[in-house]
Amino acid sequence: MQPEIMTWLTPLPPILSFFLIVLFARRSNRLSHTIAVGAMLISWGLAMAVFFQALAVEHLGEHPFTSSIAWLPTGMTTLHIGVLIDPLSALSLFFVAWTCLAIFVYSVGYHNFGHARDKEDVPGLPPKAGGIEPMYARFFAFISLFAFGMLTLVVSDNLLTLFIGWEIMGLCSYLLIGFWYAKESARKAMVKAFITTRVGDVFMLLGLAYLYTSTGTLSYRAILSEPVLERLAGTPSLIAGLSTAGMIGLLLFFGTVGKSAQWPLHVWLPDAMEGPTPVSAMIHAATMVSAGVYMILRFFPLITAGWHEGQALNPTMWVIAAVGAFTALFAATIALTQNDIKRVLAYSTISQLGYMVAAVGIGAFVAAAFHLVTHAFFKALLFLGSGSVIHGVEHGAHATHDHVDANDMMIMGGLRRKMPITFWTFVAGGLALSGFPLVTAGFWSKDEILGHAYQTGQAWVFGALVLAALLTAFYTARQITLTFLGEPRSKAADHASESVPTMTIPLIVLAVFAVGAGWLGIAEDFPVLGGLLPNWFHAFVGGTLLEEPLGTHFNAVPVLTSIAVALGGLLVGWLVYRKMTHGASDPLVKPLGPLYTIVQHKYYFDELYTFAVVRPAYWFAETFTYRWLDRGVIDGILHSVGRFTLRLGSFLRNAIDLPIINGSGDMVGEGVKRSGRGLRWIQTGRVQFYLVVGLLFAGIVLSYTLAVRP
Amino acid sequence: MIPLSWYLVFAAALFCIGLYGALARRNSVAIIMGIELMLNAVNINLVAFWRYLSPAFIAGQAFAIIVFAVAASEAAVGLALIISIYRRRSTVVAEDIDMLRW
Amino acid sequence: MSALQWVFLLIAATTLVAAIMVVVGPNLVHAAMWLILALAGVAVFFVLLDAGFLAVVQVAVYIGAIAILIIFAIMLTRHLTADTEPQVTRSWWLAALASMVLFGGLLTMLTQIPTLTVGAPPLPGNPENNVRDLGQALVSLDQYVLPFETASVLLLAALIGSIVIALPPKAARADEAES
Repeated sequence: MQPEIMTWLTPLPPILSFFLIVLFARRSNRLSHTIAVGAMLISWGLAMAVFFQALAVEHLGEHPFTSSIAWLPTGMTTLHIGVLIDPLSALSLFFVAWTCLAIFVYSVGYHNFGHARDKEDVPGLPPKAGGIEPMYARFFAFISLFAFGMLTLVVSDNLLTLFIGWEIMGLCSYLLIGFWYAKESARKAMVKAFITTRVGDVFMLLGLAYLYTSTGTLSYRAILSEPVLERLAGTPSLIAGLSTAGMIGLLLFFGTVGKSAQWPLHVWLPDAMEGPTPVSAMIHAATMVSAGVYMILRFFPLITAGWHEGQALNPTMWVIAAVGAFTALFAATIALTQNDIKRVLAYSTISQLGYMVAAVGIGAFVAAAFHLVTHAFFKALLFLGSGSVIHGVEHGAHATHDHVDANDMMIMGGLRRKMPITFWTFVAGGLALSGFPLVTAGFWSKDEILGHAYQTGQAWVFGALVLAALLTAFYTARQITLTFLGEPRSKAADHASESVPTMTIPLIVLAVFAVGAGWLGIAEDFPVLGGLLPNWFHAFVGGTLLEEPLGTHFNAVPVLTSIAVALGGLLVGWLVYRKMTHGASDPLVKPLGPLYTIVQHKYYFDELYTFAVVRPAYWFAETFTYRWLDRGVIDGILHSVGRFTLRLGSFLRNAIDLPIINGSGDMVGEGVKRSGRGLRWIQTGRVQFYLVVGLLFAGIVLSYTLAVRP
Repeated sequence: MIPLSWYLVFAAALFCIGLYGALARRNSVAIIMGIELMLNAVNINLVAFWRYLSPAFIAGQAFAIIVFAVAASEAAVGLALIISIYRRRSTVVAEDIDMLRW
Repeated sequence: MSALQWVFLLIAATTLVAAIMVVVGPNLVHAAMWLILALAGVAVFFVLLDAGFLAVVQVAVYIGAIAILIIFAIMLTRHLTADTEPQVTRSWWLAALASMVLFGGLLTMLTQIPTLTVGAPPLPGNPENNVRDLGQALVSLDQYVLPFETASVLLLAALIGSIVIALPPKAARADEAES
């Protein structure tokens, strides 16, 4: 089959699966997961076929697989939608397909398929004691819909279908964060996620509209062509100092700020951990948040229009780099103080996304794409691993009736003996995240970003990212030490057990990628290892752009710095936390003092937003719009119209209808009766009277005839 | 010699007197008497016209004979009615016989 | 004025006075008497008009039958307080007015027509044959037999009708039949 047709078909199986599950398979758990995993498998197969075919094409960037159809006739022009497989989307298709498939399979075990339904479990709450999830089919329906959204976004060739996929994923994120809707924290988190990303989406839509009015099209190939980009870069926008391209790029970037949880719209991602762990892994680590980075990678030429390597950053790039670098450091500091195993990973995700955003900001296209791919794999791995840990601890808690918060790292410990597969795969992911030298994929991708930052002379970006890397290594070691090393700090941890194969096999698969994916992107001039394998990644992905980006020259400084930072951070983290005992406070509390409290409360951003934004919005909705406008003005108008009409009606009835119309009707009858009554006296019954009257009349007629008119 | 008009005026006067009696008297029998007077006036008229205008034409007298017969039968029937009414209602006052009243 | 005219005037006055007494008199029996006088006066007029047979018929039928019948009717329908009640209706003045007007109109009309002031023409034929001619006229097939026979039928009907009307009610007849 032709790759274009396969590309069209790739998003299809998950959406079919969604409809089939929703309509037919609601009650059968086995059928629903079979449909979902089967559909994902088909999509994975198609995606792999397309990917390998794409690999075979030379200079795929110049000859991408495209196919479009005329979708919406709009007056003189027609809106086309279609698919495009160039190197960037081929790569994205690869990692999306793998991670989604792994997570689908993992979900079967995570939701305790095979266990009986516990009678105490209610739909809307997580199962308490290891029974199967009551809303099992619903979960698979939603993640199928989500997979459809992501695949649509990746294969689309225009901004419109990208946005459609974007919004579908936003919806699924909302639905899945609040999957256990009976928990109030989940309900609040789902609304927070949706609204916060909405703020970003509004700006993105403005950017989309601006782009459309400037160019008349939303298709990538039309927009990202030399003449159009030059024109956009040359035209000034509404804001002084920004070209149109820059303005559009900035507006589209705000969408990424929302979707990829960059500061200041980062607040939703940690709360999104209320959802089930596969959701956190898929949506909030591997795919949806990556969509934000994908979009700015796709529009890299627009963002960097008018800029060439070696020049100073244009304003848009500067903003992007600043936001990314700041977020990377900011989130890493907060991750140090979190005790919930998933929260640490959430802030870690925010931080790593900051890395990628910063990389785009400084013009390191290939590095950003590289880190996107590797991060997807190891972050998904880490989340799934944390899910496995939580399940194990819950199992232990249930067995020993030890009621603990299964997410809290402070009650864990020593799990390496109880859950070995989870342990080793988690270590693989954690080392990749920290950038453990040479062996892990994370090292290669992070190193490339640091190298770019150093080389392009953006010292502040370099400094921030290095510091963030140090903190990343530290909190990763903290996490691994607290969870797996040392001795169990609670009975639950002591009785934890390894998870089922449907959960551990995806972990192993992802671990392979977490380790191996990096080797395809080793820079050519890296000492010893460079040149062993060609820098396939750079060549392949770099081909997406119109001009092949220059690779970094090997420079010892960033490499050594990143090695030092990674190893140092890991070591220090292990040392600090290896003697952690049950009930002891975190060793960081005393040295940091009040700073620790501020950091642990996430710099009070949530409180600030609640005060400045959320409460006024609620007041506006509740009081102003609902009570005053809706009930007071609009209902008031309606009620007064109603009252007026009633009064008008009764007036018409009583003053016009009854007297005049009924009256005239009655008057006919009454009139006849009255005239009859009036004339009745003639009927006296006396013959003589009749005769007299007759005579008189006869006389009158006679005299008239004879005298007046003979 | 008596002009025709004298007879006619006399008949007219008799007629009007009979008319007054028929219209103004309360007792039904008195009304019948008035009616008889009127019929007699008519007869006078008939015979006067016969005598003065077409004496050869015997029809005038024949007509008068017929009028006599009719008057007689009418008086008989009328008085029978009055007697019948008197039996029912014990009154012959025309004003009180107002059963055709509304 | 010739003697004939004086006679005429006398008889006319008598008749009219009698007629007036008929319609004005309170006592019904007296009224019936006056009626007989009026009818007699009319009979005299018939004689004056050379219609002797009619005069006799007048006397026989009217005075002999009808007036007597009227007197019988008065007798049969008396009640005690008949003579003290008012004899005229409430609207007698309207009747008087009507009569006056009518008389006035007729009078005016009659005196203005010239042909009516002629004298009586001579009688043709033989006056003695008057009755025979009248009789023949009444039964001749080519003359007035039809009105004559119709009048006979009318008399028969009146006869039967008045008997039927004047019969006593069924209950009274049943009592009479038993007893």
